[in-house]
Amino acid sequence: MILANMTTRAGVIRRATMTTRMVARAAVVAGVAGLSCLAAVPARAQDVAALPVPDPGNNGWMMTATVLVLMMTLPGLALFYGGLVRAKNMLATMTQIGAVAALAMLIWVTYGYGLAFGPQGNAFIGWGKFFLGGITPASTAATFTDAVISEYIFVAFQMTFAAITIALVLGGVVERMKFSAILIFAAVWLTIVYFPIAHMVWEGRGLFFTMGALDFAGGTVVHINAGVAALVAALMLGKRRGYPAEPMPPHSLTLTMVGTGLLWVGWFGFNAGSALEANGTAALAMINSFVATAAAGLAWLLTERVAGHRPSALGFCSGIIAGLVAVTPAAGNSGPFGAIMLGAVASVTCFIFVARVKPALGYDDSLDAFGIHGVGGIVGAIGTGIVYAPALGGPGAADYAIGSQIVIQIAAVGTTILISAAGTAIAITIARALTGLRVTPEVELDGLDLREHGERAYN
Amino acid sequence: MKLIMAIIKPFKLDDVRDAIAALGIAGMTVSEVKGFGRQKGQTEIYRGAEYSTNMVPKMKVELVCDDTLVARAVEAIQQAARSGAIGDGKIFILDVVQALRIRTGETGETAL
Repeated sequence: MILANMTTRAGVIRRATMTTRMVARAAVVAGVAGLSCLAAVPARAQDVAALPVPDPGNNGWMMTATVLVLMMTLPGLALFYGGLVRAKNMLATMTQIGAVAALAMLIWVTYGYGLAFGPQGNAFIGWGKFFLGGITPASTAATFTDAVISEYIFVAFQMTFAAITIALVLGGVVERMKFSAILIFAAVWLTIVYFPIAHMVWEGRGLFFTMGALDFAGGTVVHINAGVAALVAALMLGKRRGYPAEPMPPHSLTLTMVGTGLLWVGWFGFNAGSALEANGTAALAMINSFVATAAAGLAWLLTERVAGHRPSALGFCSGIIAGLVAVTPAAGNSGPFGAIMLGAVASVTCFIFVARVKPALGYDDSLDAFGIHGVGGIVGAIGTGIVYAPALGGPGAADYAIGSQIVIQIAAVGTTILISAAGTAIAITIARALTGLRVTPEVELDGLDLREHGERAYN
Repeated sequence: MKLIMAIIKPFKLDDVRDAIAALGIAGMTVSEVKGFGRQKGQTEIYRGAEYSTNMVPKMKVELVCDDTLVARAVEAIQQAARSGAIGDGKIFILDVVQALRIRTGETGETAL
């Protein structure tokens, strides 16, 4: 019941055999060449008629959604994070984001897609299609209906998710981690944490998928996962020198605001694109990604007022991101007013976390990757189990049981946290052994821009 | 000759300039400065992290005038720069030993 509407991203990649794929491609070629060819092979033409062909509209939307998600990372997240660091670390932060995103793309097509969506595998990992072997322009990937989209588009769409997830993790480690350490950490982390969890959530045999966990666009895979990784990495790396006694105000909230806008726009590719088709579910995800976010932006400002502060630009940006994070698992799994509630609740929770809990605990999750993506992701994942209910305007069936679904949601969240924390600890340990992990105090003082990259952001 | 050095609120600069010009004083030098006195700085808060900025931005106005004009100039600056709130600034008056116009080599009050 629950799965009828959302199921996994691409429930299962259409497992066409090599031969049927070849037939499919032959058919396309034959169609272009003319009827005489078809007449010559009538039996083959009938086989072909049974194979679904991607609708150009769906393909077109998914290509658009894919590049929108790329825009979230570059320049969206790069500007968002870049504006939040000190001016001496601006270029380092943006370069780290760009470099890990590019690395994620190459790893994805080499073996990441195979580990996440390969044709063989179990509940924890997939296997096959390494180096995108066997995929052709005629290959298709399943959606949640009978429609299909071109598999290359599906590969690219999923690739952008891997790229932004590893980039998000960097929010916990900026201004002090070596560039070489970041690249090694990224490669190991994607391999042992991201690909398995992506498989568990989005592939038909995956653990969370078979459990029936609701996660429309990747609240667990992307946000909880990245948030927890950022927290563990920040703890293992240690605080920035001078934190928290020395003031470290954001060097350009203007750029952070620009980045926020790019993230919001790009997030429509992320959330509405996760419907995998240009259909009504994508439309639901779209309206929810507007209103949950709007509610969260205002809720943060209101919370600041209630806490005795002024309503701030950074507060607005933080609320926007918290709302987007929270609505990610709920995008196609909630009605608009459920999404508004979810966004507002996530925003207030994240505010309390970053403004009260983090200072009390004293760790240096520098840009609040855990405080917003981790905490907002957890609120969103559990809240999705509530707002899915038809009584709250959600798309759930009439007999939908909130209680049992919340148990499933919490189990998925808990499993994600455990895998992410353990895998991050391993990845950081490997990076430490190979590179030393942290820049020297002198480099940290001069800034990573100058000493790690040989440039200044502002001259 | 006296040097009048006034530390004023930035938004009062135009008023001071007009008041000085009305006395026939031919020029002044202005710089953006920061400092602290009795006026408290602002508190900045970023996601709950509070930083109090204890240096307040001010304008420093410097001009040299003939002894006969000093009293009127100081009064004009005080009138123009005054808002009545803490942080309006201060005026200092110093003796000047010599003045020289670089272009012509004129010295003393003719150089002003």
